Order: sequence, then C-alpha cells, then structure tokens
Amino acid sequence: MTALAFLIPAALGLGLIGLAAFLWALRSGQFEDLDGAAERILYDDERPRRDRDAA
Amino acid sequence: MSVVAAAPPSAVGARDRRAIDGPFVDDRGDGTAALDAMVEGLHCGGCVRRIESTLAAVPGVISARVNLSARRMSVHWRAGEVDARALLERVAALGFRAVPFAPSATAADPESRRLLRALAVAGFAAANVMLLSVSVWSGLAADMDEATRRLFHWLSALIALPAIVYASQPFVRSAVGALARGALNMDVPITLGVTLATAMSLFETMAGRGHVYFDAAVTLLFFLLVGRYLDRSVRGRARSLAEHLVVLRGTTATVLGAGGPTTVAVDALAPGMVLAIAPGDRLPADGVVIAGRSDIDASLVTGETAPIAVAPGAAIFAGTINRSGALRVRITAAGAGTLLAEMKRLMVAAEGARARYVRIADRVARLYAPSVHIAAAAAFLFWTAVMAAPWQEALLIAIAVLIVTCPCALGLAVPAVQVVAAGRLFRQGILLKEADALERLAVVDTVVFDKTGTLTTDDLVLANRSAIRPADLDLAAGLALHSRHPLCRALVRTAPQPVPIESVREEPGCGLSATIDGAIVKLGNRAYVGAEAGPAAGPELWLACGNAAPVRFIFTDALKDDAAASIAALAAAGYDLRILSGDRPEIVAARAAELGIRAWQGGVAPAGKTQALAALRAAGRRVVMIGDGLNDAPALRAADASMSPSSAIDISQTAADVVFQGVRLAPVVETLAVARAARRRIVENVALAFLYNAVAVPLAFAGQVTPLIAALFMSASSIAVTANALRLAGRPRRTAR
Repeated sequence: MTALAFLIPAALGLGLIGLAAFLWALRSGQFEDLDGAAERILYDDERPRRDRDAA
Repeated sequence: MSVVAAAPPSAVGARDRRAIDGPFVDDRGDGTAALDAMVEGLHCGGCVRRIESTLAAVPGVISARVNLSARRMSVHWRAGEVDARALLERVAALGFRAVPFAPSATAADPESRRLLRALAVAGFAAANVMLLSVSVWSGLAADMDEATRRLFHWLSALIALPAIVYASQPFVRSAVGALARGALNMDVPITLGVTLATAMSLFETMAGRGHVYFDAAVTLLFFLLVGRYLDRSVRGRARSLAEHLVVLRGTTATVLGAGGPTTVAVDALAPGMVLAIAPGDRLPADGVVIAGRSDIDASLVTGETAPIAVAPGAAIFAGTINRSGALRVRITAAGAGTLLAEMKRLMVAAEGARARYVRIADRVARLYAPSVHIAAAAAFLFWTAVMAAPWQEALLIAIAVLIVTCPCALGLAVPAVQVVAAGRLFRQGILLKEADALERLAVVDTVVFDKTGTLTTDDLVLANRSAIRPADLDLAAGLALHSRHPLCRALVRTAPQPVPIESVREEPGCGLSATIDGAIVKLGNRAYVGAEAGPAAGPELWLACGNAAPVRFIFTDALKDDAAASIAALAAAGYDLRILSGDRPEIVAARAAELGIRAWQGGVAPAGKTQALAALRAAGRRVVMIGDGLNDAPALRAADASMSPSSAIDISQTAADVVFQGVRLAPVVETLAVARAARRRIVENVALAFLYNAVAVPLAFAGQVTPLIAALFMSASSIAVTANALRLAGRPRRTAR
C-alpha cells in the first residue's frame, strides 16, 4: 500500500509532464510544418550566419 | 486590388508585382513589417534553406521562415531599411515565384488544433485510467482488497471526469447542433453513450460497486478523436492546396497608358486598355492585335496544336500564349465578356454531379445512428418487460449496449485509409484537392482523356524526317536557330548540326529568310515560300532554296513517353478509354490509333465535351475526366471525378480533384489503382466494424459485458481497422522521373 502512495503520483506526474510538453509544443507552432522540420535537421546551422551566406 | 507604379522591366517577371506595397504588407506598428507569400516551385529542404539564408542575408531582415508543408514563407523586417519588392525579387532570382497573400485567409486551422489538444488530453487520461483499470482487473483474480479497489475507482474518476468534459466537446457541439436541426448524426449516440457511461460509472463508484466504465469512455473518446483528427487533416491539406492554387493564379498585366507602362492586376483590366504582351506571356484578356506580328499557341485554350499566326487586326483570346514576337493588344472584353467567363459559366452549369455523391462514412452513419438507439432502447424494454428486472439493472444493460456499439472502429475505419492513401499518392507527386476524391475515383469505369498536353507533350516533333535530306534539315535548322517560333524550335531539336548562318531576317507570322552564296533561302509557311496550295496535314514548315522545289517539314505532337504503357495498363484494368479533343479530327485519329483507343472525338467544343460526358453519365457510366486546357475546365467539373497535370492552365487545376506533377501519365494509373485499393480497405474496415458489433451487441444485450470485455473489444477492433488501413501504404512502384 505504501508503494502505491509513491507510484501513483509518480505515474500521474510523468503523464502530466508529457501532456504539458505536448501542449506547449503545439502552442509554440512546432506542429505547423512537419515536412520542413524533418528537413531542417540536415542543415549545418539552424540560424544562417550572415558573414558566410552573404558572401 | 490596387495598381502599383511600374518599375523598369526586369528578368524576374513583372507579373509578380501585384500590390506588393499595398494590403499584403502587414505593418506591425513597431517600425517593423511582415509579409506572407505562397511560394511556387518549393520541393525540398534545400529550397527552404536557400530562400531562408538568402533573405536572412539581406540587411534589415529580422527573420525569414519558410513552411515546407504549406509551401509558404513569411518575412519580418525593419520597415524603411528594405522594401518588400526587393525581398520578393531576391526570391524570384533564386528561381521561385512568390505571391503575397493575406495570411488571415489561410490561417492555421483552429478546429484541427482544438482536436489535437483534445486528443492529447484524452490520450493522457486513457493511458492513466487504463493503468488503474488493468490493476483492478488483475486484482480481481489476485487478492486486491476492497479499499484499494475503491481508491483506484475514485482515482480513475478524478482523472477521467475532467478529461471527458474537455475531450468530448467536439462531439457534444456537433450532436447538439444536429439535434437542434432535428437531425441525427453519428455524434448523437457517441455523446449519449459517453455521457451515460460516465454518469453510471460515477454512480457505481460512489456506491462502491464494480460496473465502472471510465476506461471505456476515455478510450472511446481517444480513438474517435484520432479518427476525427485524421479526417480533418486530410481535408485541411486538400483545402490548403486548393487555396495555394488560387493565390498563385493572381497575375498582372502591363498596360500602356498615356503616362507610360503601368502594372495592373488582371482583375482590374477593362475593355479599351492597350496591353504590351512580350513573347512567352499569356494573354490576360480577349483582345485585338493593334501592332506587331507573332504566333499564338492556343493549345491550352482550344486543344489545337498548330500555332496560329497573328497580325494587326487579328482577334486573340485570354489564356493563349504569345510565342514569337512582341504584341500590342487592345482589350475587347475583360471579366464577364471573355472566353474564360464563358468557361466559368459552363463550369457552374456542369456542377452537381459531384455534389450529389454521398461519402461512404455518411451513408453508414445514416444507417448506424438510429439503429444504435433502437438497440439500446430495445435492451432496456426487454429487460424490464420480459425479464422483469429492476429498472436500474435494465438501464445498466442498455448503457452497456450503447457503449459497445459506439462507432469507435467505424470512426477510424474511413479516415485511417484516406490518410494512408493520400500519403502514398503525395510521395509520388499526386495531390488530392478534394477529400472525397478517392472515393469518387474508386467507382469510375470510364476514363476520358483530353489529347493535347494530357496524352501528348507540349513539344512538337518532326514527323517526316525520313523523307528529308540531311543537308536540307541542317540548312533549315540553321535558319530556325534564329527564331522563337515553336516549329523552329522543334526543328532545331531534331537537327544534329545546324548550318551556321549570318544575318537572318524574320518576318513574324510568315517566316525567315537569308542569302547564302547569292541564293535566297526561305523557311516559313506555304505562302511565304511560294509553294503550291494544297491540303495541310497539321503544323508544317516549308524550306525554299533558290529555285529548287520547296521541301515540306511536317510536325506532329508527340505522345508522352509512357502514354502507351499507361493506356495499356488502364485497358488491362478494365477501364473504358476515350479521347475528347478540341484538336483537328485527323490529328486525334492518328494519336488514338497509336494508343489503340477506338472511341475518340476530335474538334469538340467545350460545351460539346460536357455534353459528351453528360451522355456517358446518363448511360450509367462513372467517368473520370483527365485534361489540362481551358476548354477542359467545364468537363473536369461535369465528370464524376477529374485529374489535371500540374502543367495545366490554372483554372483547370482549380477545377480538378487531383493534380499530378511531372510529364508522365503513370500517376493516372497509380491514382486509380490506389483509389480502388482504398475503397476495398474502407469496405473491409466497415465490415470489420460491423462484425465486431455482431459479436458485441448480443453479449451486451445478454448483460454479459463487463468493463474488461468492453475495453478489449474496443481496442481490438480499433487496432484491427488501423492495421488494415496501413496495408495500403505498401511499397509504391518505382517511378522514374
């Protein structure tokens, strides 16, 4: 019984963290461009450097 | 649409300058401005990176972001430091056409995000309630004490109640809306089942008894939301593609006025204006040539392959392309009076065939929703009246019937298949513009092709090469090098070594001439070279060298590389194949014979095409129309389903259900095959869902369904239909490009 007192809050807490993370990702627009996100991982730099790209 | 001042013509194309400084630039009010634009020609991450890094390198730009899924970009910059037009020209210089638009018109679908949030909450609750429920079920077999069981039920209630209130909103709203209209939809039994199950479970929990269905209610919502979200995303993708095409359609024209040339939106053109039409431009309105000579390519308008020579006084129509010389055209009709407007009128008249189609899911729902309620009511009456059970117990059984019949698998059955099928087609460059296009394509038995641009390529080829001496061919090609006329270009492509010729004179609409070793060499039309009159067998050029007899070059349009193979595959699949073309009958006959298509008609006017389709439909046929020209647009609307290549004129792409990329016909075969396979999967899935009910309903009716059995049934049937849908993904046949 005492084990449950730890395990149930732990299970619920982890689930809630996952839910909160998902809702945050949704709100911050991370699901707007799934095709683009798959490609962006291949770039050298996420934020292009001006000194190089302007050349 | 506002009129912007003209800039000097530049290589990036004057037609993209529509109202760039006008309503599309969003002044953020803090000294910065932003612009959203649709980008044409965006294919991969490399394109995204090139655009983003180019724009970010411009001084004054704060951020530039390209959305690959929606093929859009948004730029944010400090106002005054850089100008929107300069930014768009940078993008154009990279080879992409960017057309600004008002982002409010195509904002991210809020309903889709609501569904996703509800889905996340339901998923969280389902996982945790299931964790507790599984403990209770295994505790029944082992030695879980009463207090722990009650604790777990109360915990389940604590998690499930808020989640159900939140995640059931999409269904409750829709059910209330339907009931308010006096109608019954699928969401009514869902709402009723979930609400009653939750209320009963709460009651049982408070009473300390075991009929607790929180897990079933939340899992049901979770699976239904998955189905609802998938359905929404298929429609959303189709809708955004359609909007993309509409935005890219907006173009401008160069008007010659008293104050010099100005750039005007096509919508703002009026009769009497004088337009400058450069070679390669498409006519934005019907008009009369007032200066210049050229050749007009009407293949996208009438289906005719031979270019038409025009001189001052000639009438030309919107949608045709000016091929060889610069023209000045006085507009005779714009907007309502044009050929284009006539096509739109025909399209509206042809509408209706597709609107009458009822989706499989809706047909099933029509049957399903009433029978669920009847079954639950019957269970209640049976147990109170026949078995003389107390009403509470009868109510429990009726609710169990309602829960197990809830269309969980059914809600997933159709959208899962559609998502998988659309994804498979999308990977091959086939875009579904209408969400129910696949269902309509699946029942098609007749395929009607346009010829020009659909079965054939836009390029003409020399048909009588074997009859021409190589020396003549090289000489003609040497002259042809100096012209942009489509026939000359075709000639140059054929000749291996054109003779180099200096100082060639071109008379637009007639031909070319040069003096070689004292002899006058002419390449042009029949009258220009002085050949005797006779029947023309399609597009032709004549070469006259001094006093020698003129040599005739006959051109023909070429079938697409895989046209024969695709037609054979369609014929083997049992489709009735036909050609309806606006081109001349003798040309259509030749192409039809090459392909082995017996049913063809040439010289068909647009209205004739819709009539031919109406006749086929009246004879009980289900027809898919495949075409690319302006003259096909009404027919694309009149057919049960329609497809266009991405090279098609805008209005046809807008009218078609499916747009496929590339110059091959294989996508037609693939689309029809996937559509048929998708329909098979949908029917199988619906059958699976019914099979599940055939087992579950009698059990529930007999009062034998425990929460464990309900959960097992529901998950098993949902997973079965999803797995069945995934079989469709398969391995697409390798298509070389």
